[in-house]
Amino acid sequence: MSSNGFTNPIVKWIDYRLPIFTFMKHSLDEYPTPKNLSYWWNLGSLAGVFLVLQIVTGIILVMHYTPHTTLAFDSIEHIMRDVNYGWLIRYLHSNGASMFFLCVYVHIFRGLYYGSYKAPREILWMLGVIIVVIMMATAFMGYVLPWGQMSFWGATVITNLFSAIPVVGEPIVTWLWGGFTVDNPTLQRFFSLHYLLPFVIVGLVVLHLVALHQHGSNNPLGIDVKGPQDSIPFHPYYTIKDMFGFAVFFVLYFYWVFFNPNYLGHPDNYIQADPLVTPAHIVPEWYLLPFYAILRAVPSKLGGVILMFAAIFILFLLPWLDTSRVRSARFRPIYKQFFWLLVIDSIVLGWIGANPPEGIYIVIGRIATIYYFAHFLIIMPLVGKLERPLPLPESISKAVLKAQPKAAE
Amino acid sequence: MADAKMSPAHGAGAQAGGTRRDFLIVSAYTFTAVGAAAAVWPFVHSMNPSKDVLALSATEVDLGNIAEGQSVTVLWRGKPVFIRHRTAAEIETAKADDGAGLPDPETDAKRAKKPEWLIMEGVCTHLGCVPLAQKGEYNGWFCPCHGSHYDTSGRIRKGPAPKNMPIPPYVFLTDTTIRIG
Repeated sequence: MSSNGFTNPIVKWIDYRLPIFTFMKHSLDEYPTPKNLSYWWNLGSLAGVFLVLQIVTGIILVMHYTPHTTLAFDSIEHIMRDVNYGWLIRYLHSNGASMFFLCVYVHIFRGLYYGSYKAPREILWMLGVIIVVIMMATAFMGYVLPWGQMSFWGATVITNLFSAIPVVGEPIVTWLWGGFTVDNPTLQRFFSLHYLLPFVIVGLVVLHLVALHQHGSNNPLGIDVKGPQDSIPFHPYYTIKDMFGFAVFFVLYFYWVFFNPNYLGHPDNYIQADPLVTPAHIVPEWYLLPFYAILRAVPSKLGGVILMFAAIFILFLLPWLDTSRVRSARFRPIYKQFFWLLVIDSIVLGWIGANPPEGIYIVIGRIATIYYFAHFLIIMPLVGKLERPLPLPESISKAVLKAQPKAAE
Repeated sequence: MADAKMSPAHGAGAQAGGTRRDFLIVSAYTFTAVGAAAAVWPFVHSMNPSKDVLALSATEVDLGNIAEGQSVTVLWRGKPVFIRHRTAAEIETAKADDGAGLPDPETDAKRAKKPEWLIMEGVCTHLGCVPLAQKGEYNGWFCPCHGSHYDTSGRIRKGPAPKNMPIPPYVFLTDTTIRIG
């Protein structure tokens, strides 16, 4: 009983029976973290904060929302007008989804730049890809719930993607709808799944963390922690750093919530769903635009759907498509440039996704789509083989100490 | 180590029984607690009655159609409100019992603004069931759930209920219309 090292007798008593304190100590106090993590490493825990916030605000919203085609739209207005602070909780939820995706996207690009997907973190990376896929499904279904015009037609368009599947496509879509069009059965199942999936994400996040703690965080140098001189305890050093980043990021979040709450949404979603009239220009939320652009870039229904899904599932293969053994792009002069090209390409795809599919937008969309896949399928394997990486530092500690006198000058 | 080095530099603070660091820690925790409470409040308050629920908290009733000896039950804030046009005998019994050993002493005159009209919430003060009219040992109301007996003034006389059935706020708008709430 004395082996757990706690002095408080109650803590000691509990920990002997249920080792939660040992677990907390192990994963915070004793968890060795590379001492050179930059602010790019804040986004993971920040995404976790948004997951919790989405669940909390979502649970409150469900207390006032009614998942029925005749009542859903009015119940949203009820939340906005009648429920105490309902407007605040709804805006926290809708803008929280955007901020959650922003965190996760930056988190993914951080992983891409610093090679966080490479051995031995492949499963950690793949769990992350699964999380983002489920996040997209959850966000999409959540967007349907207000039962506005964008909700209805977004649901129609996205579910119709599955009709591209040969032979069984139509029956699958009918099954998804629970009818012959998006209607009340669709709304109710989307509501059910929109409530379920966040908890699935929580489970996957736990696995993501277990996998992370197995080998610890990657770091800006991309080299392994070689001893105690390379690491510091997670708590208090990174808890305080995460909290600072959290405060800064929340300034951005609250700008949207309090000063521009509908900017990231679409005004047409304040018109009640009408199965007889399609809005002139259907766009998904910003975080799905790049994928939407890829869908529309292909002049074939099935081809577009396949490529759109491939655009995200290709990330699963990343650990094997990247042939370089150097993790951090800091030491990869060629790859570093292609990385930024991929960032630009993704932004271009997002911009194309927001514009109508006509004229020059189609051409740019196609080029950007081809480049997106070329990055992963051609550039990554080749650059890994051909590039001559810069020499890696001996250890994290050496690199940090070498940098120090310079900083003092 | 850092603390030991720093404390001489902040000697003035240390004299008062705490260092500058103690002050910073306590104030940081205090601000965190205040901030957390402020952040939690909208979530807690969202579960209080919303504006549309509060808007339903007044009910107008026309008493003209209720003959002597009849009762109607209206809904106010989702609860039944009994409106009984009492008979002279009922009023008399109620007034006579003002001095009887009541568990929750209250005069009939206090409970009915106009003696012929008894307007009260029809909810048993034991555990919230709706009592049956003109039943029970006192010929007032009887709650079937756990056997509470109320008299013709709706006062508890016997059984597990602790209080008289409450009188809602109401006003006579005219001689024959009232507004509850």
